Amino acid sequence: MSFLEITRSTLIKDIRLEWRSKDAINAMLFFALLVVVIFSFSFDPDAEESRRIAGGLIWVAFLFAAVVALNQTWARELRNQVLDAYRVSPAPANPLFLAKALGNFIFVSILELLMTPLFVIFYKLRALGPAWELVPIALLGTWALVINGTFFAAISLRTRSREIMLPLLLFPISLPALLGMVNATTAVLTGDAPARFWIALLLAYDVVFTTACLFLFELVLEAE
Amino acid sequence: MPEIDSHASAVTAENVIKQFGRFAALRGITAEFAAGKMYVVLGDNGAGKTTLLRTIAGLAQPTRGTISVLGSTSIKFVRARIGYMAHPSMLYDEMTGMENLRYFGRLYGVSSANCRNAILSVKLDPDLDRLVGQYSQGMRQRMSLARAILNDPELLLLDEPFSNVDFRSAREMSGLLVQIRDRGKTLFVVTHQPGLLESVADEFVYMESGRITDRSPKLRTVAQ
Repeated sequence: MSFLEITRSTLIKDIRLEWRSKDAINAMLFFALLVVVIFSFSFDPDAEESRRIAGGLIWVAFLFAAVVALNQTWARELRNQVLDAYRVSPAPANPLFLAKALGNFIFVSILELLMTPLFVIFYKLRALGPAWELVPIALLGTWALVINGTFFAAISLRTRSREIMLPLLLFPISLPALLGMVNATTAVLTGDAPARFWIALLLAYDVVFTTACLFLFELVLEAE
Repeated sequence: MPEIDSHASAVTAENVIKQFGRFAALRGITAEFAAGKMYVVLGDNGAGKTTLLRTIAGLAQPTRGTISVLGSTSIKFVRARIGYMAHPSMLYDEMTGMENLRYFGRLYGVSSANCRNAILSVKLDPDLDRLVGQYSQGMRQRMSLARAILNDPELLLLDEPFSNVDFRSAREMSGLLVQIRDRGKTLFVVTHQPGLLESVADEFVYMESGRITDRSPKLRTVAQ
């Protein structure tokens, strides 16, 4: 079996499991919905102010909601010691990691697709800059969240309080990416400055951390 | 890449010590196990039976000492030739038996037809449209055995394969294990029901406090 075939099989398996259990999607959706509603009640910004703060609100909501999905990803591998069935097989470690990261990317992207219209309605958002740039920002930003999130969720898998451990590990290392996502989104919404620098920063962040995570994941998987 | 000696014994352990923190689960195990035999590993809870199996399977690394499996000191190179069944099922509850085996089969490059045969060999129906989570404990154990044998392993490690299985099914499972051994494969069976294998096992391996205390072709009675 090739690297890509194992990645594909694991990804399909994860989507199937999520489709049947809906553990991650439901938890993420309710959490993100709560954040949108609570923020909208807490602030009553005008259109100008909305454009300035929406980038931060959106990405913080997605970051917190994504943590729920990231914890679920590996938790289901611990039930019945299924992860050991993968570890004793001749399959290399990285297809498992890549499939998990891709699965999380799909789940968080679905969340973003469902929640973005709500943000637009609640905060009366309209982009003054080039709106198409929101697409690469969303793709690169989401990948930045899930690649590190999947990796650190695997590290915190065997710790006693993994639900707390994951944000403690993930949030500090995600700060440069978060900065890029928020500033790029705000730049597009306000139209004040070009978002190109922040998009380039996100791209560089994704390349560096994807490489590092793929390089180190085997050590994490084999750790006892 | 370590050399693989095809004529070597199935498992050779030299002063293997496995520590979890300050607790030593294996305390200097030195033993050689010839290929093509069925070994039944016996001992009280905490004797180190499961740790020994996990160490042979490569799921736990010895703290000290070396272990050679199927002629290789690096388990990575012989994983495709090992089957491992743990006490938990190592199956996804939200998938059917066939879906589970098809997924794990892909990790070994095993065809769907072979997965069906593995399920049939444990007297289960590959077309059963029921999730593993809805199986009885006995069915789950048998499906778990099917997963362990789907790659036709040369070395089969079974941890409590008969627990929660009714007597008739346990007899059928032990019959299957005999067939596997008679095809020249090596089996290690950890069990608290040695009577099921009394007449067919080649050797009984007794463990106590992380050490192998005795090896005998005959099952000892309780008084002994």
